Amino acid sequence: MTENVAPTNLGSTIIQVPSPEPGTVDMMVNMGPQHPATHGVFRMELRVDGEQIQDLVPHIGYLHRGSEKLCEHESYSQIITLFDRLDYVSNFNNELVIVSAVEKLMDVAPPPRAELIRIIMCEFNRIASHLLFYGTFAIDMGAITPLLYNFRDREKIQALFESVSGARMMHNYFRVGGVKEDVADEFESRSLALCDELEHGIDETDRLLTENEIFLERTSGIGVISGEDALDWGLSGPVLRASGVPYDVRVDEPYSRYDELDFGIPVGSAGDCWDRFYVRILEARESVSIIRQAIALMEPGDTMSKIRRIARPPAGEVYAHCENPRGDLGVYIVSEGGERPYRLKVRPPSFCNLQALRDLTVGHYIADAVVILGTLDIVLGEVDR
Amino acid sequence: MLSGFRGLGVTLRGALRSKVTSEYPKEHLPLDNRFMGFPALTWDVPRDEPYCTGCMVCVRYCPTQCMSAKMQDNEKFSEGVSHRKKIIESFEINLGRCILCGICVDVCNFDAIEMSLEHERSERLRNANRVDLPTLLDMGRVYQVEVDWKQSKPNAASPNERAIAKAAAEEAKTAEESVAETSDPDDSVTTPEETGEDAA
Ligand code: SF4
Ligand code: SF4
Repeated sequence: MTENVAPTNLGSTIIQVPSPEPGTVDMMVNMGPQHPATHGVFRMELRVDGEQIQDLVPHIGYLHRGSEKLCEHESYSQIITLFDRLDYVSNFNNELVIVSAVEKLMDVAPPPRAELIRIIMCEFNRIASHLLFYGTFAIDMGAITPLLYNFRDREKIQALFESVSGARMMHNYFRVGGVKEDVADEFESRSLALCDELEHGIDETDRLLTENEIFLERTSGIGVISGEDALDWGLSGPVLRASGVPYDVRVDEPYSRYDELDFGIPVGSAGDCWDRFYVRILEARESVSIIRQAIALMEPGDTMSKIRRIARPPAGEVYAHCENPRGDLGVYIVSEGGERPYRLKVRPPSFCNLQALRDLTVGHYIADAVVILGTLDIVLGEVDR
Repeated sequence: MLSGFRGLGVTLRGALRSKVTSEYPKEHLPLDNRFMGFPALTWDVPRDEPYCTGCMVCVRYCPTQCMSAKMQDNEKFSEGVSHRKKIIESFEINLGRCILCGICVDVCNFDAIEMSLEHERSERLRNANRVDLPTLLDMGRVYQVEVDWKQSKPNAASPNERAIAKAAAEEAKTAEESVAETSDPDDSVTTPEETGEDAA
């Protein structure tokens, strides 16, 4: 704007002071793979402007074991052990999906008692998985107490699992056509007592966290995703339901004996982190009620249908899916007949839910990225397979 | 002031609550009888020999391929003491690779292998967890005493005993054990050729 400058008679050139422009550049921050908040080995590359996230690139695959390929070399009974290790905090749910897929292919139905045992185990596992979620989620935000409370309750569930299947985590208990063995005599009374304790434990977590002001500040309005977007991303499970879409495989495509049970689907409205947390609290309560109903339905009977012990399904293709604590877990099997599948594909809910991470985090602060990742509740064993 | 006392009350209540944890190496939590520890081989006390005939079915179905077995002719059979024509000669399980899935127990037709309650076998050397037949039998003996073990499946090696057991099973229809499971012809008869084929 030299024309406005008053002429001077000094005869020297005029040096203009540049208008102030921030000289900052975006910074790359590497999070993981050995980061305690990533719940496994997961790496995020964040491009941050100050504290604000501009971009996020997730890197997965650190836990890749080639499970799908391994399945091609294993007989169906051996594949169950591999499925135990996909989502290692909800083993029973994983076993259920593979055995129901093979059962569908072979067109056999497990005895009613076995179906109920499966449902009870799966719902206990759902509660155990959600308890783990509350605890680790609270830790992500700096609250340590809930984790200890939740682990106390989860421990009780695992003790029950041990008395049923013999193992606390990798059970290998479901079989094609039933379950390995019947539950012990005191199982029903023990489960009912455990239900009461769990209800109390869930209430405790609810009181500790839900209305805590710091907790609310950290979670409400953070990582919002609309129902439409959630569907577009292919999200499922609590993450989808928190956005207001009442989709639950247990209700929409009832498998096993879920159609005989009466339970609600908790649905959120805002689709933020708080909704995703609270949907899981309510879901755990519904699971307790499912267990009570299933125990009431239990009748003595066989737990294994009379089929060959080594499953040999006919040639064909099958897709089966079940509601995992993390979402819609599907498995697609191509069989050529024989003991082994020709090809097996898993639709892992954690992997699909993780896709939305970038959209959810951009614009928030680094500390929120941890919270948002926490509410997606991924298990890297399943993401990487 | 009041809230301070309330806080103290919470602390006091917490201090008086019963413990939920136990100090592991000093204290051991009770194990359920169904607990699946490392696999062990059982001992047939009346005949004073292992139940295992070395049929290799478990070896074929182990998902981690951590076992190996070798069969031999049973001298006690020729002497008429035992009904087992074949008996195990050597057996090895690499417990470092075993995933405690229990498939070997499931597929064995002779009740010769069981998941023991043994679960503390940390060793200093990488291969120290490759256990051989005597160790497995020792583990099995301990287990048999611990849980008051009884044979649950009819013994497929002797058609006579099998028939008796089958009749007994028919009578006790309420028994949990499925009859179909135990009379699977495909798995009870394993010729060496078959095993060779599968291993190839
Ligand atoms: S299946 Fe049973 S009898 Fe055959 S080798 Fe294995 S343990 Fe021995
Ligand atoms: S428990 Fe499973 S992994 Fe271990 S030896 Fe038996 S079949 Fe193999």
